[in-house]
Amino acid sequence: MNIAVVVRQVPDLIEPLEIAPSGTEFDFGSASFLLNESDDHALEQALLLKEAHGGHVTVVALDFGDVDNTLYTAAAKGADRIVKIARDDAPPPPRAAAVLYAEAIKPIAPELVLVGVQAHDELDGGVAPFLAAALGMPYVGVIRGVAVGAEPGAVAAFKEFPGAVMARMNVKLPAVLGILGADQPPRYVPVSRIRGAMKTTQFEESAAAAVSSEPLTAIARLYPPAAGSRAEMLSGSETEIASRIVDILAQKGLVK
Amino acid sequence: MAKDVLVLAEVYRDALADVTWELLAAGRTIASATGGQVLALVLGPNGAAHAPALGAADRIMVVDDPRLADYAPGPYVAALQEVTAAEQPRAVLLGATSIGWDVAPLLAARINAPLVTGCKEIQPEGEALRVATSFCGGKMMAEVRVDGAPAICMVLPGSFRPADAAGQAKIEPRKLPSPLEPGAVRFDGWVLPEAGDVDITQQDVLVSVGRGIQQKDNLELAENLAGALGGAVCASRPVIDQGWLPATRQVGKSGMTVKPKFYLALGISGAPEHQEGMKGADLIIAVNTDPQAPIFDIAHYGAEVDVLDLLPALTEAIEAKRG
Repeated sequence: MNIAVVVRQVPDLIEPLEIAPSGTEFDFGSASFLLNESDDHALEQALLLKEAHGGHVTVVALDFGDVDNTLYTAAAKGADRIVKIARDDAPPPPRAAAVLYAEAIKPIAPELVLVGVQAHDELDGGVAPFLAAALGMPYVGVIRGVAVGAEPGAVAAFKEFPGAVMARMNVKLPAVLGILGADQPPRYVPVSRIRGAMKTTQFEESAAAAVSSEPLTAIARLYPPAAGSRAEMLSGSETEIASRIVDILAQKGLVK
Repeated sequence: MAKDVLVLAEVYRDALADVTWELLAAGRTIASATGGQVLALVLGPNGAAHAPALGAADRIMVVDDPRLADYAPGPYVAALQEVTAAEQPRAVLLGATSIGWDVAPLLAARINAPLVTGCKEIQPEGEALRVATSFCGGKMMAEVRVDGAPAICMVLPGSFRPADAAGQAKIEPRKLPSPLEPGAVRFDGWVLPEAGDVDITQQDVLVSVGRGIQQKDNLELAENLAGALGGAVCASRPVIDQGWLPATRQVGKSGMTVKPKFYLALGISGAPEHQEGMKGADLIIAVNTDPQAPIFDIAHYGAEVDVLDLLPALTEAIEAKRG
């Protein structure tokens, strides 16, 4: 199966996010970036399908943040081709980004396109459904696990619902799936293999397509959420905090 | 300018999604300002059966088509698109649910309409809508202005006070101009969780672990504490994604909704999707090294320490108390 996977860089939320003086965008000057978690699962799902049924995995990414490291890691894990979309600016919103990914993916002619269902820095929907629209392919998202179905030319995708319930969806190919989780956790790859991939992997550069820049929404301001009724913070050593928690539980009759 | 607000009253396994009544409340806020009506749309052959619960709407439309008996993106989006085109609403409101995450962007793409996700507040401002939306795992908010109509808004569950008023709205059966096509994605059946695991929805005490637990071996520390407290261990999504605990132990939007007497959140940041499943707990104590973690916004007590340091001390203290 010929599979394309989109991977994106997102700001690491361990670091505080800085708002630019304009108040309407982030100041990424001091931010660090990492691979979007659900994209990591999309890549893992693609590699699992390839290992089980054969095929070819192409990873597609916009040139942004620490993407080279992400792409070398993908190659070390088993991706066959890496396509990097050349671009100077930060990634555009999902709908416009989807057009960029679509133009890079069309020549690959994949049977299956896997994308993380969501990235935490997106405000106007995920890339995955807009990519499906741009490619003219069907879409279903919030998928946790994909199997090659009994029907030729189709896969079974497991769509997550509340209560640990899944819907088994039969998906005719070609199609785009929004991945929430892979059948297995993303694999670990040793640094030595990543270094090896750095020496042997050639990125294929793809020119960024022209994107209509007329946004349908406008950010008036970014701001940290207002602190609601913040928790009463317990301080002291771990032993002191533990003792305080026991007192609270005892007062409520939860520990006797 | 369009005035009405269309609400997708989502049906999941023969029941209306809980967020439906929040969507009706949000819809009323908008419609009161625009002078429009709140229109509820139910898709599916049994749609009319849900109408009595939608009294907060001014009109209730039901599209009864066998293709809508079970969820599939193609027929759902096609039906919603037809009704949207006919009613020309100012806004279309959907929940940030498994179905909403498919249908809202697919509809937005088809009709080139603006889409805002993570909506917590929606207010008309002149002919525009001003939407407060949460993103970056609940660590950032954005105020978004939407001029075009219909504005497609995905509402975060827990953001609006549910509107469950009784009303006089009659059911309006809606016939689509042409039969729905099956689409390339077909529902093939439900896969239910295996029986036999602990039912975390029935526990009085839950020790819940997140990314801060760091590795699977450390789960034993949480199991020990849960044992001392007479409770069970559950987790946020990253722990389940790692395969360290079964999906039946997941708390949050796509997992279980729990309301224990005591919920101890260990190394959980508290993204809105997690809060959705546990904010009803009687007592919430959160432990996280990140002072900005959103979990501290809903916890009653908090501690800014490493969970791996606190866990043994707390287990020991509980056991000492119990003698």
